[in-house]
Amino acid sequence: MHRFANPTTFMRIANAIFPWAAGLSAVLFLIGLPVALVTSPADYQQGDSVRLFYVHVPAAWISLMVYGMMAVSSAAFLIWRHPMASVSARALAPVGAIFTALALVTGSLWGRPMWGTYWVWDARLTSELLLLFIYLGYIAIADAFEDPERGDKAAAVLGVVGSVNLPIIHFSVEWWNTLHQPSIIKMTGFTVDGSILLPLFLMLGAFTSYTIAIWVLRLRSELLAVKLRNARMSEVSLAPSLNRGAAE
Amino acid sequence: MDSLSTFLDMGGYAAFVWPGYGLAAIGILGLLVTTLRTLRAREKEFAGVRRNRPLSQNVGPGDDA
Repeated sequence: MHRFANPTTFMRIANAIFPWAAGLSAVLFLIGLPVALVTSPADYQQGDSVRLFYVHVPAAWISLMVYGMMAVSSAAFLIWRHPMASVSARALAPVGAIFTALALVTGSLWGRPMWGTYWVWDARLTSELLLLFIYLGYIAIADAFEDPERGDKAAAVLGVVGSVNLPIIHFSVEWWNTLHQPSIIKMTGFTVDGSILLPLFLMLGAFTSYTIAIWVLRLRSELLAVKLRNARMSEVSLAPSLNRGAAE
Repeated sequence: MDSLSTFLDMGGYAAFVWPGYGLAAIGILGLLVTTLRTLRAREKEFAGVRRNRPLSQNVGPGDDA
């Protein structure tokens, strides 16, 4: 574990993954979008509105996957205090916020024709909205302190505590009565037809590989932000060091 | 042309399907663009910091690096 927490090793692995993730994402979007929008059949009950499924489910999946990654990063930061863990969590939070918002908006646009309403305060929708607020809270707290390391620490606590929301979101459709349909992908198999699964898996793959690629880019960016901050701090501490004898 | 308008009509669900895909595209491409912009800006700034450091430390002729 500590081996991966070394920034050089971590970034070497991340950078090696990047071209594959980016390439796979581009290919899967190029195949997946025409399948999702054109060649896949309209649903016999839902008509063409079923096509929203192919962006809604992947967006919701990414909103949970990214939070899982962020919670692990936050826990690793609190346990080992390694700066790479906070770099990773900071890189992830805006990605998660955007996909959570997309899951909510596409769900809402799908709910209007299918349920007759854009929004209901049921367990699934409310817990997913809470996830958005946790992401936004994380971003706000991480930048709320003058000392960024205090921000990292406070945000990491929120990141870990907020993970209790993940099983709530996942099981909400089984624990409570809800308009939201249950999961179609189960350990025991699938509950829908293959014509729906092909575009769904293409888009799930496209979204997932896109997220991995974006994560690597943002890791590079956040790591540079830390290096720039350190460079500025050493510049500031260089100036008074000229008359160090008097100061210390 | 006829098949195009059928496609755009989305079986009467155009007002829901297209905004859904449009917003997803804006979110996904927007995140990529802002991520790349920030990364480029920081890379540029970092390259500048690296160039300037030796300059400020050893003042004198010959530091064209």
